[in-house]
Amino acid sequence: MKVHEYQAKSILAEFGVPIPRGKVASNPEEVYRVAQELGGKVIIKAQVHAGGRGKAGGIQLAATAADAEAKAGKMLGSQLRTFQTGGDSIIIRQVLVEEAVDIENELYVSAVIDRSCSRLVIMGSTEGGVEIEEVAAHSPEKIYKEWADPQIGLAAFQARRLAMKLHDDKAIYRQLAVVIRGVYAGFVARDASLVEINPLVVTRDGKVLAVDAKMNFDDSALFRQPTVSGMRDAGEEDPLEEEARAAGLSFVGLDGDIGCVVNGAGLAMATMDMVKHFGGKPANFLDIGGSSSPEKVLTAMRILLSDQKVKSVLFNIFGGITRCDDVARGMVQALAELKKKPPVVVRLTGTNEDEGKRILRDVGLEVGASMEEAVRRAVAMAAGGGR
Amino acid sequence: MSILVDTDTRVLVQGITGRDGSFHTKKMIEYGTTVVGGVTPGKGGLTMEGVPVFDSVVDAYESVEPNCSVIYVPAALAPDAMLEAAEAGIPLVVCISEGIPAVEMIKVKAFLTERGVRFIGPNCPGVISPGKCKVGIMPGAIHTPGCIGVVSRSGTLTYEVVASLTHAGLGQSTGLGIGGDPVIGTTFLDALELFERDSETDAVVMIGEIGGNDEERAAQYISEEMTTPVVSFIAGRTAPPGKRMGHAGAIIAGGNGTAEGKIKALEAVDVPVARIPSEIPRLLKDRGL
Repeated sequence: MKVHEYQAKSILAEFGVPIPRGKVASNPEEVYRVAQELGGKVIIKAQVHAGGRGKAGGIQLAATAADAEAKAGKMLGSQLRTFQTGGDSIIIRQVLVEEAVDIENELYVSAVIDRSCSRLVIMGSTEGGVEIEEVAAHSPEKIYKEWADPQIGLAAFQARRLAMKLHDDKAIYRQLAVVIRGVYAGFVARDASLVEINPLVVTRDGKVLAVDAKMNFDDSALFRQPTVSGMRDAGEEDPLEEEARAAGLSFVGLDGDIGCVVNGAGLAMATMDMVKHFGGKPANFLDIGGSSSPEKVLTAMRILLSDQKVKSVLFNIFGGITRCDDVARGMVQALAELKKKPPVVVRLTGTNEDEGKRILRDVGLEVGASMEEAVRRAVAMAAGGGR
Repeated sequence: MSILVDTDTRVLVQGITGRDGSFHTKKMIEYGTTVVGGVTPGKGGLTMEGVPVFDSVVDAYESVEPNCSVIYVPAALAPDAMLEAAEAGIPLVVCISEGIPAVEMIKVKAFLTERGVRFIGPNCPGVISPGKCKVGIMPGAIHTPGCIGVVSRSGTLTYEVVASLTHAGLGQSTGLGIGGDPVIGTTFLDALELFERDSETDAVVMIGEIGGNDEERAAQYISEEMTTPVVSFIAGRTAPPGKRMGHAGAIIAGGNGTAEGKIKALEAVDVPVARIPSEIPRLLKDRGL
């Protein structure tokens, strides 16, 4: 799950990370008030779930409160398209108004789980303000890392060691160590999957401030993170992905015309890959998960068919913990309830396969194809080759 | 031989009274697995599928001497179930449960590793040595005994591949699902080491997917340490970047973890990578199997 910059900053501030003074606002009048409180000269930052805002005009400097109001007036309600929005535009609904700071230099600090050693890794770099992937590609020696012990956590000396690599001045690296420990503590306490402060700036008057912040969260931990869950901005998410998530399904919309209903993430990806391999275009990734109930299948069908581009629907079910009869019942129910009935290709095998096939045969649905045959048929149908 | 589980494996089922736990206990017993008991706190004294239920793993350990535990409890309780199994002295823990917070798994992994426990998962289908023992949720009937080792981050995609192997007359020594989470107990590297040492495994099928760099690390190990041939399939060539594809670990982040990168790393060390799963049997046969 993603949150906005202002939300990430509020969480990090709880764990001792200093952030610029500021407030989020959703109309120009509010922006004026906040800007005035902050002394007039402010930065206005579009609050959207995508990076690359600066280059796209989503971050602007205002000299006075009136200037801030005017600039925010143009930004709010407008569309922003950055290199991270995947060709789509997103509407700016809120802006963060913050005090402008005089920057001496820009650093970088982040935390992620290092999957190769199953530990949390904190990374720091003197190359702040640029894409860290570029630093990693061109000068990896400028990225410093500390791994947290699973039982001890990140020790104070580790935070200090990393801080000293980022700055020579004692007064500064002491502040940096506080930030580093805060990043670690916030990550663990809030079940994050990513914390990134870029840039972490040192101001001309010797203060360390998280000028930008990004936090992503572990979806598997939201059940125990009510505060984080409450920060979800449904307006930033794809409505179909939202509906799927609420129903316990995993859905990602794509551009194609062949709807895919699959159980298991790996098989769902392999099904999409195979559709493409045989010349078709998958409309989506959809994993109905394990222990699938008939209701889940019904919701899955409803979500797929709300996409007008879908010309054929491919079911690829290999039962394990999922029972074929549950899926078959959901399919029968869905086809009875839904008005729009696209051509459906069903591949059903595994746990309770015979019962599932019997249920489908009773309503005249043919089953039996292998994955490859089923994919080829779905591709042919979408291309207009009929059943 | 085979790896991890065989006819000597004595299985304890944690969460045996739940919907999935009881259903799959029955399926495991039908397959021929020696299930010696189950655990559900508060339900000790019951009998499920003909085996005794205990209140704790320690009680079960003392009475029925399991040497493997399989966990079917809900995600919120699964970390504790793993700790309890490890503390009781069970050397092999298989966690089927899906949706455990990664931060929690980091601690669990350290605790289990410190006690020398081999663990598989979480968020995995389990492990099967065909004809001998099945610990998990995979459909038994698609497997057949043989000499191909199968290791995968996926569940159902593994079934797909195993079914095609069986259909092609290529039996399996052991099939192992390592799970789709970012923090897992047994990695591709660990599994490949076990297969390399197993005298009855003549080739290995490794089924990877987008996210992380476990496949790249495996490629290095294969080129440096393995004599057993490996063939592979990587799922997610059509997956868009930045989106989690079902599995918590299946995400292309910052340009890392792409299918192309993994395929390239494997092909660079002469591991053939199938374009579609149904090509795998042919790739094995090309290697003389």
